[in-house]
Amino acid sequence: MDSLLVVAPVAVPAAAAGLYAVLGWNRITAWLGVLAAAGLLTCAVALATAGRREALAGLLHSDALSAFMLIVIGAVALLAMLASPAYLAAELAAGHTGARAMRRYGVLTQSFIAAMALAVLASSLGLLWVAIEATTILTAFLVGHRRTRQATEAAWKYVVICSVGIALALLGIVMVHYAGTHAGVASLNWAALAEHAGRLDAGVMRIAVMLLVLGFGTKAGLAPMHAWLPDAHSQAPAPVSALMSGVLLSVAFYAILRVKVIADVALGTAFTRTLLIIVALASLAVAALLLLAQRDYKRLLAYSSIEHMGLLALGAAIGNTLALVAVLLHILGHGLGKSVLFLSAGQLHQALGSSRIRAASGLMARAPLLAGAFALGLLALLGLPPFSLFASEVGIARAGFAAGLGWAITAALVLMLIIVAAIGRHSRRMLLGGEPGEAIALPRSVAVPLVAGLAACAVLGITLGPLHSLLQAAATIAGATP
Amino acid sequence: MGVNMTDAMYVQLLDLACGAFLLTGVLVLWRRELSAIVWLFALQGVALTALIVVLGSWQADLELILVGAGVGALRAGLLPYLMRRALVAGGEGRETQPLVNVATSLVVAAVLAMLAYALSQPLVRLSPTPATQAVPVALTVLLIGFFVLVTRRRALSQLVGFLLMDNAITATAFLTTSGVPLVVELGISLDLLLAVLVLQVLTTRMRAAFGGTDLDELRELHD
Repeated sequence: MDSLLVVAPVAVPAAAAGLYAVLGWNRITAWLGVLAAAGLLTCAVALATAGRREALAGLLHSDALSAFMLIVIGAVALLAMLASPAYLAAELAAGHTGARAMRRYGVLTQSFIAAMALAVLASSLGLLWVAIEATTILTAFLVGHRRTRQATEAAWKYVVICSVGIALALLGIVMVHYAGTHAGVASLNWAALAEHAGRLDAGVMRIAVMLLVLGFGTKAGLAPMHAWLPDAHSQAPAPVSALMSGVLLSVAFYAILRVKVIADVALGTAFTRTLLIIVALASLAVAALLLLAQRDYKRLLAYSSIEHMGLLALGAAIGNTLALVAVLLHILGHGLGKSVLFLSAGQLHQALGSSRIRAASGLMARAPLLAGAFALGLLALLGLPPFSLFASEVGIARAGFAAGLGWAITAALVLMLIIVAAIGRHSRRMLLGGEPGEAIALPRSVAVPLVAGLAACAVLGITLGPLHSLLQAAATIAGATP
Repeated sequence: MGVNMTDAMYVQLLDLACGAFLLTGVLVLWRRELSAIVWLFALQGVALTALIVVLGSWQADLELILVGAGVGALRAGLLPYLMRRALVAGGEGRETQPLVNVATSLVVAAVLAMLAYALSQPLVRLSPTPATQAVPVALTVLLIGFFVLVTRRRALSQLVGFLLMDNAITATAFLTTSGVPLVVELGISLDLLLAVLVLQVLTTRMRAAFGGTDLDELRELHD
């Protein structure tokens, strides 16, 4: 029974993928994904209260950190799956998709969710790598869903850049294994490696950690290997973009958190801290530069994801309890806010046939609810109260000043000011400017996840409730220094 | 496998396999015909298999030899077969003008070899056995693969660049620790195979959408 609960978050979406393969996508099975996501979320909450668990002869392992990541996966998957039926129905009506492509969509999205759940439950570095590489393969055809020139180009870049990045991470794992074998740890198990991390050879571990941060950082959309992200996120179907931006990036970042626990003991905290501050500031700078002259609202959202991944890296670099609690809360808040934005952007794209910011001008008058959700989502991402990203950004900044990293925080704040100004200017043109065109309808089944996502993000900004103790426990597992 | 090897013979065989592994990697930079590049990749798979079998015989480890056979079947058999099929279907025989010409590429390879040698010093220092002393060779092939990936313009040559990197990582794993745990090795092989299949399907789609696989045509998405 115990082990069943650990296997369930992977098994439930995998079973749904199997059912899609058999039954195809129709009016009724379209809601199967919602059911699976709700099941995943329930299991995640149960695991959060269950403490440490193991399953499948120790291959899977659940603790507070993995349970928290499962909650994020479940919550974002629920929003994305709620919006999927209406999205695909509109694609079908417009002739962009067919029965086979929709069946494939069902199978691939559910397998993708299962792979992410496997990644956060894996007890070893090796299995985690396999699961993260599997997400690339499973989402490749989702990115190329529309089969247009742009979609094919995005899918090619996505698979090549992410596979190369993740190959570097594999080389890092090989080196960790080499250092481990010479320190008497023959497996790639987290717990075993962390326990004997002090004995790992420093020279080998330095190269290994660099490769692991660079490799998993590629998949997390961190600079300098971020080039695939804006293309893939702007070409994938909206619910898939929500899943990729909302959780896949954070799942890859979770791998960096786990590596950091081992690296901090083996090399001292300074090494990983320096590495993470460099990628964090580079990511923020890339996002700020490319947001300034952005003309496409989907790419705007993608660059905002690079910004937020940079913030996560900065928080992880600081590494004390306050910073890590804030990082984890930021993962959840960003997941909810970004999925609301990508789902609204998907509706907008379907209605306008273009993802140009100019094409969407005067939106407030044409679609008040959609424009309202988009505007509130942007405010949430810019870190305004009452949304939880305000609390987490303040947390990261306070922790940074307390840890003596004031210069890095100041640099980050300057870059974020540029980002706020850029996004503010673009969104004003989009929401308010221009002459009003014809009204855009918003299906009720899409309005529900938009409102729910924003509401959850706002509630988390006011009170953490029962999540508070889970976040504390997860931060301790992520190696928080007091 | 009761092969009785003397120390000297083991080192010689190991060096021979590593030399062949490196040579096939460097030759990829020299040849422009795509079919020759696929051949070289298959030969590199054979060299990698030989490398693992030599290590396995030396350690009298039957499991390692069997894993080596599996690696060989995938990298010298199945993957080159899949690429050859894609090549026949595509009908594009040659690499178009690469971004860097052959002479410069070979000079770059020499520089990359020195870089790999410098990078692998900490690895050799931890345990200076004949096997780990060959790690610079594997890292050279890794860097050459990356170089092929960024300078070649045909989809298939990029794929070979990626696979050279992957061969090099596998070689590093076997030279340092006789490979990663078996579950992980299986997962890696499966992921690799699927990644190649995905890229192959995308190549077909690219040909349908762009009329060729020259990656310079991929210019639709930019800021």
